[in-house]
Order: sequence, then structure tokens, then C-alpha cells
Amino acid sequence: MTTTPNPPPVSPPPASKTVSGQRVRGLAESRARVAMWMMLPMLIVLLLVAGYPLFRTIYLSFFEYNINSAAPPKFVGLENYWFTNEEGVGLGILQTPEWWQSVWNTSKFTIFSVLLETVLGLVFALVINSKIRGRGLLRTAILVPWAIPTVVSAQVWNWMYNDSYGILSQWGQKLGMLQPGQSFLSNPDTALTALVAVDVWKTAPFMALLLLAGLQSIPSDMYEAADVDGASPVRQFFSLTLPLLTPALLVALIFRTLDALRVFDMPYIVKGNAPETMTMSIYARQQMINNAEFGFGSAISVLIFLIIMIFTVIYVTSLRVKFD
Amino acid sequence: MNSKNPAVRALVTALFWIAVVVILFYVLFPFYWALKTSFTSPARLSAEALQWVPSQLTWENYRMVFSGQPFGRNLMNSLVVASGTVLLSLLLSLLAAYALGKFRFKGKSVLMYLILGVSVFPQIAVLGGMYTTIRALGLYNNVFGLMLSYMIFTLPFTVWTLTSFVREIPTELEEAAYVDGASPLTTLFKVLLPVMTPALVTTGLLAFINAWNEFLFALTFTSSNAAKTVPVAIGQFSGASQYENPFGQIMAASVIVTIPLIVLVLVFQRNIVSGLTAGAVKG
Repeated sequence: MTTTPNPPPVSPPPASKTVSGQRVRGLAESRARVAMWMMLPMLIVLLLVAGYPLFRTIYLSFFEYNINSAAPPKFVGLENYWFTNEEGVGLGILQTPEWWQSVWNTSKFTIFSVLLETVLGLVFALVINSKIRGRGLLRTAILVPWAIPTVVSAQVWNWMYNDSYGILSQWGQKLGMLQPGQSFLSNPDTALTALVAVDVWKTAPFMALLLLAGLQSIPSDMYEAADVDGASPVRQFFSLTLPLLTPALLVALIFRTLDALRVFDMPYIVKGNAPETMTMSIYARQQMINNAEFGFGSAISVLIFLIIMIFTVIYVTSLRVKFD
Repeated sequence: MNSKNPAVRALVTALFWIAVVVILFYVLFPFYWALKTSFTSPARLSAEALQWVPSQLTWENYRMVFSGQPFGRNLMNSLVVASGTVLLSLLLSLLAAYALGKFRFKGKSVLMYLILGVSVFPQIAVLGGMYTTIRALGLYNNVFGLMLSYMIFTLPFTVWTLTSFVREIPTELEEAAYVDGASPLTTLFKVLLPVMTPALVTTGLLAFINAWNEFLFALTFTSSNAAKTVPVAIGQFSGASQYENPFGQIMAASVIVTIPLIVLVLVFQRNIVSGLTAGAVKG
């Protein structure tokens, strides 16, 4: 019984108080030591792959450092973030239009894709939650877009968007939404929307699965009671399903928001470094790897990190995530 | 759907099935289009790109993917990197999850917050630091470098998920072993491991899918086909000449990397759904 994780008894029998008290304490200490050793390898690896690189990124963000030049890193303090030269030209990231353009693009992408995914995911979830034949098959079918590599979905849509041979461009041209020979991607006004469509296709089904789990945890006798009371299906949805689904909806929403804020692969594969679809992550990588500006690029990374952390803190506190 | 009027009920049923068909079409159409394109010969692609059914099926694109490109090598790299990452993550996190799930000690919840924090790290935030670290360790353009860097997203995930599984194992099992004088390591490997096989399979599978699909690190930390993985190869695909339209081959390569995942999803459908929701609800 001493191995149970329950706390030691509050009032042990008086006669053996000191003896068993010591034994329990000694055991707890030795178990804590064992636990430490068992976690050590994992902690070392995490420190190596997360702690140190993050520290290094933050450190580099205070330096002017071109990795292709022979010049050693030069400490510049906060100048990567904010710096105005003698001619009054702002050179810090926070003064760079490209950065704000990428923030704006990422925000638009996040808001529209998360919103559409949630609505569409909810509709999907309600449909696959009904008792129909072939439900398992349907569920598997909607898992597939989630499981395939983003690269693959990006290239498949890239092909469907192709200006002369793409089926979607063909449809767009027939419907009069596009000029002949134009595609949703080549038109700077619709490019970001076209990317949102790809993201929604890939993740709305995944959203549906998360929401399905939420739907299935609602006890069916609640619906039976509502039926007896004569509540219409619409009424049942808004006063029963939706409120009970809110926690699952919130979790899914925040997960998707965090994902969308750091999006890199899909827009990068489809549109490369094009300014009209440049996201924050693409901008950071462009500065760091393509331009070899490690200091400036690191500073952008730090800003992205801060943005994501703010959202995470909101997430953890608003959902009151509890451990143990 | 509980209307008494049979006409209304029939209408609702019809609408419902239309919804099912629309959803299926929406989800599956791009796959059909990729599959169709991959079986269209390069010579006919321009003429038949917009046709719904190819006039002739050909394996030409599949052959060319392997002969004109080092795609076999890329596949091998992906397989090595993804399985290596998963095995290492599972081993490290199994030990940690046992400690976190069954032992009490000070600072545990701080540690759990920290691990959760790492699991939401934007990869771009460590890209610069990781790049210089990997170069310094001599692991640039090397599968081991990729395995190491992938740990940043697989390890927090496997620790987190396995911990919640370990917590649900009845303590009596462990106690019995302990009374018999088994050490914690023996208890873990002899008593808990067999019980945990389904959890390990589920967690490993999800981690494998993530590692198999990773793009940013693979793109940044490799420079040649010695370590290039399949997503990077597909992302950078180029035809034999710049005038060639390589989409037939790109679709063939896409189908090849997707098939193993679809098979995994079909076989482990139940586990995936339960694993995803377990991870999601518990954080």
C-alpha cells in the first residue's frame, strides 16, 4: 500500500507514529529520486532541441550577423527590432512594411481559415454523428485529408489552380470569376483566399473529428427528454447541443489558431516568397536562410514566438488546464 | 427528423443524404484528381488535363519518378528519419511518462507546463538556433540531424500522451510487482509495457505521421539527396527541362507517399480517433 500515489495517512496510529512516518517519508524521497533519473534523458534532449536553440535564437536577435560574411557577429542591442538611421529611415523590423504585411496576411489567413473550418467542421460532425450506415467509412474518408502530408495537398491544389490546365481555374473562368488564362493564385487579390481554401479542405475534416468526440459525450437521454418536451431539432441544437459542445469547440478552435499563426509549408510551396501571401514564418525564414541575415531573422522569430506564447497563455488560463 | 408527416420526413432524409454525398465529393475530389493525373501520360497531359476520365492509363509517371529522380533515396531517408524519431521519442518518453504518471515529486506540474509549452513552440522560433547548433554538431544534411530536430515536436507529444495513458493503469499492478521486490525499471518493462502496447502503437503512429510529413526543418537542414526527405523532394520537384510540365510525376510521387498513410489510417482508424481526442481533451 505504500506505493500508492495517495498522500501518507493524515493520522497514523499513535504507537507506531515515528517509525512508519519515517518510512513513508524515506520511501517518498527515494521514489522522487528514481523519478528524477527516469526523466533525465528526456529533459536533456528537450533542453538540447528546444531550450538551447530558443536561447540561441533570442541571443542572435541582438546581433548583426550575416552567416555568409566573414565578419563576426556584432552586438547591436535592440537595433534589429527598432533602429532609425541618420537619414531618418526606419530599419528595425517593427518599422518594416514587409513585416507588417506578413502579420496582416497571417491574421487574415488565421481568422478566415479557422472560422470556416469551425463552421464546416461542425456541419460535418453533425452529419457523421447521425446513425447512418457506412458511418465508419465516412469517418475514415474525412481522416484522409488530415493524414496526408501538407506538401501533397499543396501540390495537388497547385495543380488544380494551374492557370491553363487547372480544373478550378477552368471553373472560375467559366463562371466569369476569372479572366481567360488567369487563376485564383496568380491574381494577387484572390491568392490568399485560394490558400485559405486549401487549408480549410485539409483541416475542416479534422475539426469535425474533434467535434464528433464532443458530440458523442453528450448523453442521449438529454435529447430524449427534449423530444418529450416537444423541442424542435433547431431548438435542440441551439439550447442543448451548442452549449454542451462549447468546451470541445474551444479546444479545437485554439489548437487551430496556434497552427494557423505559424503556418509555413502550404503557402510556401504554393506561392514561395510572394509578398501577397507571405506569412510571418515565411518572412522569418526568408531573412534568415535566403538572405543569410541571422540576427534580423532571429528577431522576427522572437516576435513570432512571443505572439504564439501570448495565445498559449490565454489558452491555458481560459481553459484552466489542470495536471494531476 | 422526428416529424410525423412522411413527406417531410422523406425530404429531410433526402437532404441528409445529399449532404453526405456533397461532403464525400468535397473531401475526395482532389484525391481523385491527383490519381487521375498520375495515370495520364506526360505527352497527353496538356490535352487531357481537364478531362474527367483519362483516355488511357499508364504507369509512365511512376516509372519516371524513380528513374529520373532520386525518389527511392528520398523515400528511404523519410522512412529512416520518421521511424528513428519515433523509436527514440517513445523510449525517452516511456521512462518519463512512468515517472510523471505514477510518482509524486515536487515541481511536477511546472514540468508538465514546460512540456506543454514546448509542444506549442513555433518551429520557426528555434530555426535559427537549431541551424547553427546542427552545423556545429556536424549534422547538417544528415538524417541524424533531422531526427534530433524532429524531437522538438514528437517528444512533448509522446510524453504528454503516454503520461495520460500511464495514469489510467490501475496502481495495483505496479504495487504487486513492487511487493515482489522488482525495481522501478523492471516494473516498467515487465509489468507496465505489455499493458501499454495499444497506447504505444497509437502514440507512435501519430508521431510517425507528423515526422513523415514535416517540411520546414527538412527543407532547411538538408542540401542534397543524401538526407532530403520525400516532402522536400515533392515540394521542390522539377521536370527534366524547364519547359516540361512535371505535374504527372508530382502527382505520382504524391500518391506514393500518401498510400502508406492511408493504409495506416484505415488499419488504425479507431486508435487514431481515440488518440487524437485523448490528446486534445487533456491538452
